[in-house]
Amino acid sequence: MSLWKEYLHPKTVQEAVEALASSPAPAIPIAGGTDLMLDLQQGNHTPVHTLVDLTGILELHALEIRGEKLFIGAGVPHNRIVESALVREHATSLVESCGLIGGPQVRNSATLGGNVAHALPAADGTIGLLALDAEAEVASPSSRRLLPLHELFAGPGKSTLAADEILVGFYVPLRKPRQASAFCRVMRAQGIALPILNLAAWVERDDEVIRATRIAVGPAGPTPFRALETGKFLTGKAFSEETIAGAQEVLLSEAKFRTSPARATAEYRRELVVVLLKNAFSAAWERAK
Amino acid sequence: MKKTQLSLTVNGNTHTLASIPGETLADLLRKRLHLTGTKIGCNEAECGACTVIMDGEPVLSCSTPAERADGKTILTIEGLAKTPLAPAGHSPHFQGKWEETEGGLHPLQEAFVSHGAVQCGFCIPGQIMTSYALLEKNPNPTSDDIRHALKDTICRCAGYPTIENAILAAAESLRTGQPVEGPDIPDSALEGQTVGKLKVRPDGVEKVTGHAIYTDDLIFDNMLFAAVKRAGVPHAFVRKIDVEKARSAPGVVSVLTAEDVPGENIHGLVTLDWPVMVGIDERVRYVGDAIAIVAAESQEAAKAAVELIEVEFDLQPVVGNAVQAREEGQPQIHEKGNLLKHIKVRKGDPEIGFAEADIVLEHTFHTPAHDHLFIEPECSIAVPEGERMLIYVGSQIPYQDRTQVARALGWDEGRVRILGQLMGGGFGGKEDIAGQIHAALLANATGRPVKLLFDRHESLLVHPKRHATQIKVKIGAKKDGTLVAAKTELYGDTGAYASLGEKVLTRATTHSAGPYIIPHVHADCYAMYTNNPPAGAFRGFGVLQSAFAIETVLDMLAEKLGLDRIELRRKNALRVGTETSTGQVMRESVGLVECIDKVSGTMCQVSGLSRDELFQARRVPDAEHLVRAWGFASGFKNTGLGGGADDCAGAEVELYEDGLFEVRSSSAELGQGLVTVMRMIVAEELSVPAEQVKVLVMDTDLTPNGGPTTASRQTYVTGNASRLAAKTLREAITATLAEKYDQAPDKIRFEDGNVRVNGHSLTMQEVYSEMKAAGKDPRVLYDYHAPATTPLGTPGDMHVAFSFASQAAEVEVNTLTGEVKVLRVIAANDVGHAINPLGLRGQIEGGVVMGVGHALLENFITKDGMVVTDRMSRYRVPSIVHTPEIIPIVVEDPASDGPYGAKGVGEIVLIPTPPAITNAIYNAVGVRFDTLPVDQEKLLWAMRNSSGSAG
Ligand SMILES: Cc1cc2nc3c(=O)[nH]c(=O)nc-3n(C[C@H](O)[C@H](O)[C@H](O)COP(=O)(O)OP(=O)(O)OC[C@H]3O[C@@H](n4cnc5c(N)ncnc54)[C@H](O)[C@@H]3O)c2cc1C
Ligand code: FES
Ligand code: FES
Repeated sequence: MSLWKEYLHPKTVQEAVEALASSPAPAIPIAGGTDLMLDLQQGNHTPVHTLVDLTGILELHALEIRGEKLFIGAGVPHNRIVESALVREHATSLVESCGLIGGPQVRNSATLGGNVAHALPAADGTIGLLALDAEAEVASPSSRRLLPLHELFAGPGKSTLAADEILVGFYVPLRKPRQASAFCRVMRAQGIALPILNLAAWVERDDEVIRATRIAVGPAGPTPFRALETGKFLTGKAFSEETIAGAQEVLLSEAKFRTSPARATAEYRRELVVVLLKNAFSAAWERAK
Repeated sequence: MKKTQLSLTVNGNTHTLASIPGETLADLLRKRLHLTGTKIGCNEAECGACTVIMDGEPVLSCSTPAERADGKTILTIEGLAKTPLAPAGHSPHFQGKWEETEGGLHPLQEAFVSHGAVQCGFCIPGQIMTSYALLEKNPNPTSDDIRHALKDTICRCAGYPTIENAILAAAESLRTGQPVEGPDIPDSALEGQTVGKLKVRPDGVEKVTGHAIYTDDLIFDNMLFAAVKRAGVPHAFVRKIDVEKARSAPGVVSVLTAEDVPGENIHGLVTLDWPVMVGIDERVRYVGDAIAIVAAESQEAAKAAVELIEVEFDLQPVVGNAVQAREEGQPQIHEKGNLLKHIKVRKGDPEIGFAEADIVLEHTFHTPAHDHLFIEPECSIAVPEGERMLIYVGSQIPYQDRTQVARALGWDEGRVRILGQLMGGGFGGKEDIAGQIHAALLANATGRPVKLLFDRHESLLVHPKRHATQIKVKIGAKKDGTLVAAKTELYGDTGAYASLGEKVLTRATTHSAGPYIIPHVHADCYAMYTNNPPAGAFRGFGVLQSAFAIETVLDMLAEKLGLDRIELRRKNALRVGTETSTGQVMRESVGLVECIDKVSGTMCQVSGLSRDELFQARRVPDAEHLVRAWGFASGFKNTGLGGGADDCAGAEVELYEDGLFEVRSSSAELGQGLVTVMRMIVAEELSVPAEQVKVLVMDTDLTPNGGPTTASRQTYVTGNASRLAAKTLREAITATLAEKYDQAPDKIRFEDGNVRVNGHSLTMQEVYSEMKAAGKDPRVLYDYHAPATTPLGTPGDMHVAFSFASQAAEVEVNTLTGEVKVLRVIAANDVGHAINPLGLRGQIEGGVVMGVGHALLENFITKDGMVVTDRMSRYRVPSIVHTPEIIPIVVEDPASDGPYGAKGVGEIVLIPTPPAITNAIYNAVGVRFDTLPVDQEKLLWAMRNSSGSAG
């Protein structure tokens, strides 16, 4: 009863997706394995026949500026993200979110692609990325496509990727002057390592006025949540305690919090989201000076 | 794309191996390359014990597919020493004897040994590899860098501050090329040559090089692997068991059920109530009950076969907690009912006391079950040898294992030999039978060696936990704070089987009014069977729970009376000449007042606050939502079994031809440092350097019975046995030499490892020859019996000694989120005398951190008998990031019957921590916790409602 029967080492994206399409099913990609290995070992994942290891594909490890965007390969492990000056410069919320995942050992293996593909509504890296207006590049045996990050998510633990598709990487717009982002979360002392609540904020300033902003929150629904109404409310307003208070109200009315047994009640999350919005938004605001 | 071969470089050697589907890197290293220094603590990416360096980065080998290592360079703990040591010892006949290996250690390894960062040692390879990776990147790390790097590398012995200091010392040595600086720990007040001085563990070097062998590291020829079919339901009758499919599954050699048990199908430490396997029409009492056992050619085959076993259950209603268990009309779990024991303490008449009191206060508390979470999961290997059965196991009570295995086999005890192995932590959780009997039954049935290794999940389901309790305390006092009466009522959930439940809850009961002088005390405890996993021994042994209750009540009382909480405790504190709740008169060694005074003084000193300010809320400047305050608590804990038990231990000391001494006892080394203590004591008595004494423990053929390793008793009883054996041997040597040289015995002096007589200096080799020539055996077996004690309910001394402690904790509460941090803990412990100051430091740090865990993190949750916290990711234990600054204070009020005045240390260290923390939370934000652990959400609501109480 081994966890898999075949293990493949593709060298290119094309090889990987073709392997996924043609290998005996079920065939699935494995990146860091920090989610997948545990799910397999603990019997939470249906047994697989083929694992397609993505770590040998150079393209997925790219971390570079491409035109107006920062490209972060899906196979880049969290530690590289955390240590990268480029990411720190252009995607601070991502550095902050990935830096909180696991310990250094986990962050050396775990990838941003795996964090996103796992499609949990409160995955830290995902939330950190979601506020940045990122796009995802997806490869299938026949094509490549770019789509807005949020279109990847179908439900808790379910992505919109087809069985023979993989994430190649993410494009994040380069940071312009007076733009910045931040990430905050609250954990529970007891129990599993997923946050009770996390929140990322991106903001563009026009002096004391909020020119544009994006807020992402998890878990606040079946998929990573974009607080669009809150963003609209904030846009064009002067930054002040009142504005934040107003935004907190809007956020509370648009986000749908649930009670997770032995973790947190919906009411507690409502308390926390108010704190996190203020903290993350204020931090981003300060940075955007 | 597919590879049939893997090629990887490990510690400088290149290996080309066939690829095996499903294999992890940890398995490849451990099973195929026999590099067993890489440990498996959880197999779920939570503990960090399996950390290795792959292409320069630390990774968790338990969740890394082996295939991924193809083409990579791996460094494991075995490859770290500068000069490679002998290849990893793979001796199946390791007999619990450790030799030191000299030379070539990496500064990290050296520092871990010299600072005493190594306790049980199981996590140490992971700690060192993680630190190594840190230092490679950052040669000059700050404390914060270290905490960041070690965040998810768990040490349950929890000497985190020492680990941090060791890393700093190693970093310094690596930067400067200077030798590693030793620790900054004072010697004890003892005036010994060896005892009371800083001595490193005899097994330290092996533990930092990965050469220390734990049970799962052993491989025997022809060995089978076992797996157990667990009930998976909490309460039911078994109606049908079908093992046919399992029997014919590939690789399966044997499948056994209850009817195949040749001897008695029962075990238990005190009460025989725990079936080896539950048979047809018998009762399942908890999810971990065994139904069938399988031996197969591989671990995977055994596990797969277990899945094929079909069981039909007739489900019964579940008894989910101790209070429910005592209600009318509940299902009765055992023939004698649900009540294991009603334990009573009777002193005076509380009603008289309450009538005299100016104030009477009553409150009810709850504490949850806790798991020991020793990082090494249980493992047993049974090896048939001729007419005998050898059991290799890390066990706290080897002689009890022998009895229990023999009973199930239907054999004479003498045919079973327990060879105790190094233990990767125990804390009380390795006293009961885990897999010993099952492995023996399968080995007996197949005639082959059988290994039964629990994974973390099975470990969490099966072994006995800490008792969940409900404790009601009613206390009466005069206006001036004089305590006049106490009445306590305890419910203890001992789960499906008794284990040590009766003993544990007796301690909970007798300690339930705290270390205070109270003329009238009644305590009633109902030790109840339920359908939860059994509860048994766990560091603190019931007293942790009652201390939480009584120490909280004392703070409530101080507030109501408007008295200083420290003064209130001091006023009522036990001292020499006063009487405990069980009527024991304290004649000596009561260091409580000194603990109280030292902690309160230190608190003011380190904080710069006055006594009043300490307990007031302080907002953090520039972060007004963070509020800080100190909290205070005390505690006491018996040393030794007491209660009328014959608390005895044997130790044997022998001089060998090569001039080395060996001390032997079956007492268990679980990481706490007993071996160091035994060695130091024998060295002291014989005036030889510690290095001249070898220690052999935990082998029922070779070592005399040391009794259970529990109740903080080993330093006391086995320490005394070792001391007296050594002393007697010294006298025998003296007598022999006196006769030979015709000298008065007092002219014969033991000095620096030699014996001086008549102007000559004899080496111990020569002494050996003299003894032999005189026809004397240079060997003494000493059976030590602790002073007699009396059972609860009869007059006299219930215990030979008590250890005392006071602690203060400073917490910081986030008033916006309810999150709590413990910033500092000051811990004063009266341990009699500190024989082994380095080991004591580790015990104090580990105890405080475990106490922080019990206050803030740990909660073993069951729901209708089903275990919710069945993975390490759900049962969280403290890591270095939860570790406060710990300020240890050693109070030495010697016990005259303890060896060199020593008493127990292992448990007292954590008993006051949880109430010190919860009292501090109250002082900070006015919220009283009467339930553990502190729940941040409840705390937030309570702050909002400012009702002042959180469940
Ligand atoms: C101890 C520990 C602590 C953790 N703490 C946190 C935390 O605090 N916050 C948090 O968010 N997460 C946490 N995690 C979860 C986990 O580490 C992350 O989600 C991680 O980023 C997953 O990445 P991976 O590369 O390991 O994914 P894998 O386990 O390899 O894969 C996860 C899933 O994604 C798929 N996948 C991977 N890569 C691709 C790709 N390129 N294209 C398509 N599908 C792909 C896989 O098929 C699989 O279904 C923790 C995990 C552990 C073990
Ligand atoms: S993290 Fe690998 S064994 Fe625990
Ligand atoms: S020494 Fe770390 S777990 Fe025991």
